[in-house]
Amino acid sequence: MNDAFGMPQTAVVLGGTSEIARSVMRKLAGRYLRHVVLAGRDKAGLDDAARELRALGVATVETVAWDATDVDLEQLLARDVAGRMGRIDLVLMACGVLGDQAACESDPAAAAAVFNANFSGPAAAMVAFAEVLRSQGHGRLLVLSSVAGVRVRRSNFVYGASKAGLDSFAQGLAEALRLSGAGVTIVRPGWVATRMTAGRPAAPMATTPEAVAADIVRGLERSVDVVWSPASLRLLFAVFSLLPKSAWRRLSG
Amino acid sequence: MTAEEAPSRCPPNAMSEIPTTRQILSGWGRTAPSSADITRPCGPQEVTLVLEGAARTGRAVVARGLGRSYGDAAQSAGGVVVDTSALTAVLDADLDAGWVRVGAGVSLDYLMRLLVPQGWFLPVTPGTRQVTVGGAIAADIHGKNHHRDGSFCGHVKSFTLATPTGTWEVSPDTNAELFWATAGGMGLTGVILDATIQLLRIETAYMLVDTEKASDLEDCLVRMAERDDDYRYSVAWIDCLARGRRLGRAVLTRAEHAGLEDVPDLTAVEACTFDPRAPLEVPVLGPRGLLNPLTVAAFNELWYRRAPRMRLREPTRIGTYFHPLDALGAWNRLYGRRGLVQYQFVVPFGAEDVLRGVLERLSTTRAPSFLGVLKRFGEADPGPLSFPGPGWTLALDMSAASTTLATLLDELDGKVAAAGGRIYLAKDSRLRPELTGAMYPRLGEWQEVRDRVDPERLLVSDLARRLGLVERGGLRPPIRGHRLSGALG
Repeated sequence: MNDAFGMPQTAVVLGGTSEIARSVMRKLAGRYLRHVVLAGRDKAGLDDAARELRALGVATVETVAWDATDVDLEQLLARDVAGRMGRIDLVLMACGVLGDQAACESDPAAAAAVFNANFSGPAAAMVAFAEVLRSQGHGRLLVLSSVAGVRVRRSNFVYGASKAGLDSFAQGLAEALRLSGAGVTIVRPGWVATRMTAGRPAAPMATTPEAVAADIVRGLERSVDVVWSPASLRLLFAVFSLLPKSAWRRLSG
Repeated sequence: MTAEEAPSRCPPNAMSEIPTTRQILSGWGRTAPSSADITRPCGPQEVTLVLEGAARTGRAVVARGLGRSYGDAAQSAGGVVVDTSALTAVLDADLDAGWVRVGAGVSLDYLMRLLVPQGWFLPVTPGTRQVTVGGAIAADIHGKNHHRDGSFCGHVKSFTLATPTGTWEVSPDTNAELFWATAGGMGLTGVILDATIQLLRIETAYMLVDTEKASDLEDCLVRMAERDDDYRYSVAWIDCLARGRRLGRAVLTRAEHAGLEDVPDLTAVEACTFDPRAPLEVPVLGPRGLLNPLTVAAFNELWYRRAPRMRLREPTRIGTYFHPLDALGAWNRLYGRRGLVQYQFVVPFGAEDVLRGVLERLSTTRAPSFLGVLKRFGEADPGPLSFPGPGWTLALDMSAASTTLATLLDELDGKVAAAGGRIYLAKDSRLRPELTGAMYPRLGEWQEVRDRVDPERLLVSDLARRLGLVERGGLRPPIRGHRLSGALG
C-alpha cells in the first residue's frame, strides 16, 4: 500500500532496464518500496537492475521475460504479478524504442515495429494492468510519454506519433479510472541523455534520467496527472502548440 | 452524525440484498485514498450477511465508524467496508449502576448529550467526541486521565463481536483473549456490534481547570511527574517550534469534574446542561502553504502568550476542556490537498532524553506542527496491540506536503523503537513495516488469537496490508503450470 506521501510498497516495471525506470526505482527503494517485479526482454540487464535494487534494501526483486509486442501475454503477466504481489501499488510503463526515422519513412514494417513497441504493446499492457488496479481499488499507472508527442517534428514524427498515441490513450484511461481508486500519471520528459538517445545531438533543455526520476517522485508525492520534466516544458509546449506550421517548421527543423 | 439522526431507520425486511456503493475512502489525514464497496448494515443480522458474503467471495472486509483514524485503518482497497453508522440503538441501560449497552456505531458525542444531563460521563474521552464506540474499542483510545483510569477498554464490560466464524459475546472474563485482541486490534478481529460501558458519576457538565505555564521541557516534565497524580485529568500542550532555552515550553491544563458547589451561580439543571453547538465547518481545502513554519509559529506564539501563568480552579465546560478539536468542523481541510500526518508515539519513563531529542529535531527542522500534546501514561492494559503503556506520549499534526517529513519521521521512529517505545496505529499512515514487530513485540500472540476467529484472513484493512499485521508481506511463489511461470524468477 502507499504511505501518506504517495510512496509505493510494491511496483512492477515494464521495461525494467530503462534508465529512467531504474533511477525511479532507486529513489523509491530509499523510501517505502519493498517488492519489485522487473519485466523486459534483456535478461542480463534485468538481472543487473535487480541486483542493484536488492543491494539498496528492497526485500524481494524478481525478473520476468516479457516483450511489449506479445499482446497475448499482457493479461497473463498482469494477473500473475498481481496474484504474487498481493497488491500492485505502482505500474511503471517504461518500454519503448526511438526507431530509425529514415527507415520508418520507407519501410512499412519498420514503422509498424515502432508503433507496436511504443504504442500498441504498451497500451495493451496498460489495459491488462488497469483492470487489475481497478479491481484492487488503488494503485497508480505511471506512463513514460514524451514531449515529442505533444507536437510532432518532421525529424522524428514516427516516434513522436507513437508517443502521442500512448499519451492520448493514457489520458483516456485516466478518465476511465476516475473514482476507481486507481490513477494514471503521464510523464512527459524532454530530451533525456540515455542509451536510447546516445550519439544523437542533444536538444535544448536536455535533461538526465536522474532529474526526470526526481520529478517523477515529486509527481507521485503530489499524485499529479502529468509530470513535465523539466517543469518549464509545460509552458514552452503550450506556446509551441499554438505556433503556425511555418514557424514550428523553422524552430524544430 | 448528529444526535437527531442517530436512531437507525431500517426497513423491516432489508435482509435479502444488502446494497453497496463504490466509494473512495481515506482517513482523517486525507492521505492514501483507496476505493471499496461500502455497505451500511441496519443491524447485527445484516453484518453477519456481509461477513458471509465476504467469506463466499474471498473479499477483504473491515468496519468503519466516523473515519477519525488518521491513516488507513478504516478502509480496505477493493474490499467491503462496513459503515457502522446505522448501528446506533441504545439497547439497555442502568443509570443507577451506571452502565449502558449501545450499538457500536453510536458516537461519543451522542452518548454525552444523552448521559451528561443524567449525571453520567464516559470513563475515557479523546480529543474529539466524533468517534464511535466501536472505533474507541478498536483503537483502545485513551484520554487525559490515562495516568489514573487507563484506556477505554478497561471500562468496557463486554461487547458483541461478529467474525467470519460466528458472533461472540466477549468480556474480560469470558473470551478474555479475544476481548484483549480486539482492544486496540484496529478492527482486524471482527465487526463490533454493541458494547456495554461502565460510566463515571458526575455532578455537573463543568470541569475545574488548573492552568500553568512551563517555561521549557524540563520544567514541564517535572511539573507533570510531581503533581499529575493529584488530578484525574492532565495534559500539556507543547510548542514544538520553540527553540533553544524555550524548547518544549508548554501550557499544562489539569482538571477535576466540578461539583455543584463549585458552580454556585447555576441551578442543578443548568449545571448539567450539555449541548455544544454544531461547529462551523472549514468549507474548502486550504490553499497550498497555508500552514507553513511562519504561520504556525505565529499561532503557537500567540497561544502561549495568551495562556495565564497560573490560574486555579477555573470552571470550564466539558467540551471546552476535552474537545478543543470539535470547535472547528472538518479542520483537516486546512491542510489542503495533500493532507496531514499525525505522529504519536510513547516512550517509557526513563527515556526522557528521547523525548527531548525528538523535540529538538522537530524544532530545528522547522517541521511546522501546531501544538503537540504531551501526556503521561499510566499502566498498560492487557491488549497485545493496545498503544498506551507507562511513559510519555507526544502527538503532533504535520502537513503531509512537507518534503522532509518522511525521512524525519523515519529517523524519529528509530529512536522511539530503540527506546522500547511505539507509535499509535490509529494515527499511523507511514511507519516502515519492519518496525511493527519491534514496536509491538506481542504481534505474533495477537495474530494467533486473530487467526482463530478469522482463519481465512478476510478481515483486512489497508493499514493491515501496509504493515503486514494480518499477513506477512512478500512475494508468493510463482503460480505453477501456466505459460509465464517458466520465465519468472
